[in-house]
Formats: sequence, structure tokens, C-alpha cells
Amino acid sequence: MLTPSHFTSVLLFATFASVVFGITQRSTTRGMVRYGIYCWVLFVGSVIAASWLMYIVRK
Amino acid sequence: MASRAQTPAQPQTQGFLYSALLLGWLIPGAGHLVTRHWIRAALVFLSITLMFSLGLAMQAKVYSPGTGDPLDVLGFCADLGTGVLYFIARVFSLGQPTVQLVTADYGTKFVVVAGLLNFIAAVDAHNLRIGRKV
Repeated sequence: MLTPSHFTSVLLFATFASVVFGITQRSTTRGMVRYGIYCWVLFVGSVIAASWLMYIVRK
Repeated sequence: MASRAQTPAQPQTQGFLYSALLLGWLIPGAGHLVTRHWIRAALVFLSITLMFSLGLAMQAKVYSPGTGDPLDVLGFCADLGTGVLYFIARVFSLGQPTVQLVTADYGTKFVVVAGLLNFIAAVDAHNLRIGRKV
């Protein structure tokens, strides 16, 4: 049984979802790569920001 | 001086029009194979299959029809998006009937999102097939 941490799960989820989003939402190779990276940064960045927010609220 | 007229790319309209849509739904990435986008097909196949497999490895719940719960119906519709992968999981009883661990909850989301992503990829392959996207 696989038991990744929450953050590892986020990284895996963001990677796979960003690849498909990049391929399906843009037409050029350059556009796909840029949009995929943009989505990945938004996925991971929003999780880190939400984590810090919850940490501050808990304190 | 004469110049060549700009003409839009001709769509591949030979054969069954919905072949990319149906194949793309049944086998992740197969729709892009129909339209001869090899790298896109490989990336879609790897992403969706790995996401589905990792979800099952995390003890994901695989939704089944006919439970009566509206949320289960939605989960079933999303899981169905993975096509053949879903039927393999059901035939070999690879999923769990209930979520008992935190990681199983993550895994359930992985399986659900893999199905939804495959729907998007199949529609993208269909758009490539009919020439709406180049």
C-alpha cells in the first residue's frame, strides 16, 4: 500500500493535472509548456499559501 | 506579384468522425494517436494511467452504480471517465468499497480526477480530429 505524505500527494497531483491541462488548453508546444508550468505553480503555490494561512490561524 | 492564399488546415474527416472521442475515452491518449500526435498521446496516457494506478495503490474507493447516493453517482460518472481502466479495476476488484485511511481519501480523488482529465483529453482529441484545434 502506498502512503505518501499530503505534500507528496499534492506534487504528484499537480504534475499529472498540469501535463493534461497544458496539452489540452494550448495549441503550440511552447504554449503548452508555459501553461503547464503556470498551472503547476498555481496548484503547489496555493497549497503552500493555504498551509501557511492555516498555521497562522492555528497559532 | 501573385501571393498564395491562406487556407485553414484541412481537418481529418475521413472515417468515423467520433473515433478520436470514443477511443480517447476508452484508452487514455488513444484519441491523440488517431490524430497522429504521438508525444501528446504518450504524455496523456502516462499522466492519466499513473494517476489512476497511484490512486488505487493508495487504497482508493472505486465508485459503483446503483448505490442511491447522489454523491456516489457523481463519483461513478467521474470514475467512468477512465474508460477501460475503470472496467479493469471493477473486474479485478482493485478498489476499496469504503475509505478508511487519509491516503485512501487522496487516492479516491486521484482516481476521480484521472477520469475527469481523460474526458478533457478525449474532447481535445475530438477537436483535433474535426479540425477545430490545430
